[in-house]
Parts: sequence; structure tokens; C-alpha cells
Amino acid sequence: MWIKSEKTREQDNLAREVTPQEIFDRRRKLIKSLVGVGAGIGVASGLGPFSVGSSAFAASEPTPKLSALTGVHSNVSGAYVVEKATSYADASSYNNFYEFGTDKSDPAHNAHTLKVSPWSVQVEGLVKKPMKITLEDLLKLRPMEERIYRMRCVEGWSMVIPWVGYSLSELLNKVEPLGSAKYVEFVSLADPKTMPFVGSAVLDWPYTEGLRMDEALHPLTLLSFGMYSEVLPNQSGAPVRLVVPWKYGFKSAKSIVKIRLVEKMPATAWNKAAANEYGFYSNVNPNVDHPRWSQATERRIGEDGLFSKRRKTLLFNGYEAQVGQLYAGMDLQKNF
Amino acid sequence: MRAWLLRPSAKRVLLGLCFVPFLLLTYKTLNDTLGPNPAEALIRSTGDWSIRVLCVVLCVTPLRILTSTPALIRFRRMIGLSVFAYASLHLLCYAGFDMGFDWDEILKDIIKRPFILVGFLGWVSLLCLALTSSNAAIKKMGAKRWQTLHKLVYLIAVLAVVHFYWMKAAKHNFQEVIIYAIILGVLLLWRVWHAAQKRHAA
Repeated sequence: MWIKSEKTREQDNLAREVTPQEIFDRRRKLIKSLVGVGAGIGVASGLGPFSVGSSAFAASEPTPKLSALTGVHSNVSGAYVVEKATSYADASSYNNFYEFGTDKSDPAHNAHTLKVSPWSVQVEGLVKKPMKITLEDLLKLRPMEERIYRMRCVEGWSMVIPWVGYSLSELLNKVEPLGSAKYVEFVSLADPKTMPFVGSAVLDWPYTEGLRMDEALHPLTLLSFGMYSEVLPNQSGAPVRLVVPWKYGFKSAKSIVKIRLVEKMPATAWNKAAANEYGFYSNVNPNVDHPRWSQATERRIGEDGLFSKRRKTLLFNGYEAQVGQLYAGMDLQKNF
Repeated sequence: MRAWLLRPSAKRVLLGLCFVPFLLLTYKTLNDTLGPNPAEALIRSTGDWSIRVLCVVLCVTPLRILTSTPALIRFRRMIGLSVFAYASLHLLCYAGFDMGFDWDEILKDIIKRPFILVGFLGWVSLLCLALTSSNAAIKKMGAKRWQTLHKLVYLIAVLAVVHFYWMKAAKHNFQEVIIYAIILGVLLLWRVWHAAQKRHAA
């Protein structure tokens, strides 16, 4: 199942060139056995949901191939879903990232061209202290936390992914939003040289997304730099992305270069493409169907076998207790 | 070659060819190599094969006339039945994997969503053609009425493209749809042109 990236294959080949085959193989075996032991310790010491969740994927997956990025236990309510995490192989090979193609296998094939260093994020608009902040500084801004969230795609499939990052509110508070700021706009990188599908007629580029201020400041709204205790793979929106677990996946902008605080509701990429199908809010809601398919159920990738029934989709993707009050009194059928 | 087309072995080879996509999909299913979402992969690939084989069956008559190879007519029924078989698998995959064979829900889904309705109408039309595909049916109906009924295949081609277009509209990605639309469009336009030619000659 594990698909090696070009880079790791290159590294393997380099290692092979300088190391006698026998020693190379012995090392491989040793690394594999160490991973098994490490996973065992994780389970035995039972460090809460984090260690159980992470060891569940560590035990079945090969050694990390990207730089490690671990997070401390999060105290945010709703930070840990008590469901089995999706395998890293599935989570990193089946997703949407239109800058690299429209098939869900395209990002994993094409995103190796994305250049994630140097990287900086411009935070601007209705703020007291606008700033251009480098990735290195962003990584140091706050301690990394582990969050295990459900991820529900608008297409009707879902995953459980252990992200690494911190609440977006930490960054927003640093730039001191003005009272007039009502919405936050997120702009993704649109570099036709490294992103082969930027310029295709599918969407308006760059990809933009938006949240209402209170949604953006909600502690569950995560500014993420990693997943599965590693930095984000390119295809998952490296080096920095948004994760809004109670909304359909496309609301979580990837490879962010600009965060703009604004007064008016910003235009969003999918809303511009088909306003009757993709609303600004796009909260996960089993009672509001997409015009062309039902949203009442979903298929959990890697979990639900071919013949098992699809599982019921939960209102706000199961985060109603945490975010329901943001939408009190709002007509969710109209504001879909 | 032309002599071989009249032999029984030619039909057997064709039957084998019609089974190739099915066997490939079965092999991938059993080996769990359909990717992270096998249900979606099966629904989509059975749909892909339905429209591909439909293109092939609509090539038979133009090829037969353009190359003056009357023997080709022997293969039309088998290819047509393959279209029905793959479309039935497609419907079965949708009903089973997507809807869990919940007939109430399926019925509601067909009525509610035009994209499903169009696909379902296409399958019902194919069913009519499959049920009347035997020699006995032709005899019973009479050649004229049988031919009129089997013109339904042109409606099926239109329904298939509309169904596929609506499905792809989700991603604003129409490349594939356009290719099939052009192939089927050319095959239908050729028939219109050929009919006009014949009328002119007479």
C-alpha cells in the first residue's frame, strides 16, 4: 500500500550506492523491528487517546519518510476523535488538491514539484499589526499540538487524520484584528511553474477560502503544519494549511500564502464556480443535500468494506457540541 | 481475415474480449488493488466500460458499410449485450455499494436526482433491447418494428453522455465527457448522413 515518494526512493538509491547490500538490508530490518517496539511501548504506557491513536497507524506503517513534527496533547474540547485513524498511505494518496489535478490520485503523483522552502505567509487587512511571517517563525510561534479530527469531503467520503499544529486564533491574536474585521480570507499559492493545473479552467486561481471571524477564532480551527507526526506531505497542502473539522474538506485551504482580514464576506473558489452547489458556510450537514447527491451518509476510507453500509453523516461532522452555538438561530438550509 | 470472421472461433475470441474488463476488475477487487476507495472505483470503472463498449457497438454498422464487410453484423448482438451487462454491473454497484440495496432509498434517489434518473432511463432502454435481442424476438416482432425499437440505442447514447456530463460537472472537468460526446456524435451524424445519401440515391 505504501507509495514511496520520488525523494525517498532517491535517498534509498544513494544509500544503496554507498552501502554494501547486505548491511543495507540488515539496517532496513533493524529499523522495521524498532518501529514495532516503539509502537508497543506506546500502547503499553497508554498515554491517553493520543498515543493509542498514533500507535495504531505507526504499527502498520513503515518508518517516517518526512521530517518528524510532533505535537503535545491538546486540551481543546473535541481535539480527539475516538475513532481509528485512517492509514497514512490512504490519507496521503487519496485527496483533492486541484492545483495538481482533478483526480484524487493526482496530488500524490504531481505535488513533488511544489517548493515549500523558502515560504512565508502575509497576514494583512483589517489588523493593527500586519506582518509577513516566515515559515520558521510560524513554526516557533506556539507549541505544536496533536489533533485527531474527522475529515468529511463534500463528495461523500471521510477519514480520521491526526494533524499537528495550533489554533489559528493564536496567529490572529498576534496581529490584533480591528473591530471592523468580520471575515478572514485565505489565499493559497498559485504558481503555474510548480503547480501544473493552475490555469486550468476548473476554478479561478488562486484558490481562495473564507471563514466568519468567530469561526476563524474557534479553538478547533487549526493552522496545521503536519500530520501523522511528520511535516505535511506536499500533496496535503504543505507547508501550512487550514483544518476546519466541522466543514466540508474544501473549506480547509492548503499551501496558504496570504491571510487577509476583511469586512465583507470574501468570495470563495468553489462558491464562484457553482454558487448553487457550494455555499460560503459549507458546514457538514446530513440534512442539506448537495443538488446532485445526498449528504446523509459517507464512506470511511479504509474502514468500511465493499459491502458494509455507508455510515451516517453527523451534523457539523460530530462537532455540534463545540460549534453549534456559532450558528444558533441561523437557517442552515438557506445558509448552506 | 474476412473468411475468419465467418468462423465460430471469431465469435469466441470476441466473447473473450468482452470479458476482459470484467476479469480485470474482478482480479483487482480480489487483490485489493482498486485504491483507497474500491467502491467508488468499481462504480466508476463499470460506468466507463459501459460507455466504451457502447461506442464500439455503434461502430459496427459504419465499419461494415465503409469497409464492405457484411460479416461484421454477426458480432453486433454480442457487443450490444456486453453494453447491457456492464451497465447492469454499474447499476448493481451503485445500488449495492452506494445505497446498500436499500430499495426505498434507491427509488427516492432515482426520482430526486436527475443525474441518477437519466442513467436509470438509459439502463431501462438497454433492458428493452436486451430482452428483444433473440432471433425469436425478431421473428415475433417483425423486422420493421424490431428495427424501430432498436433505434433506441441512439437515445441511449445521448442519455449516457448526459449522465456522464452531470457526474463530471461536480469537478468542472469535462475533458473525458467531450471525448465520448465527439465519438458518439460522429457515429450518430454518420448515420444521418448515410440515411440522407440512401434517400438521395433512391
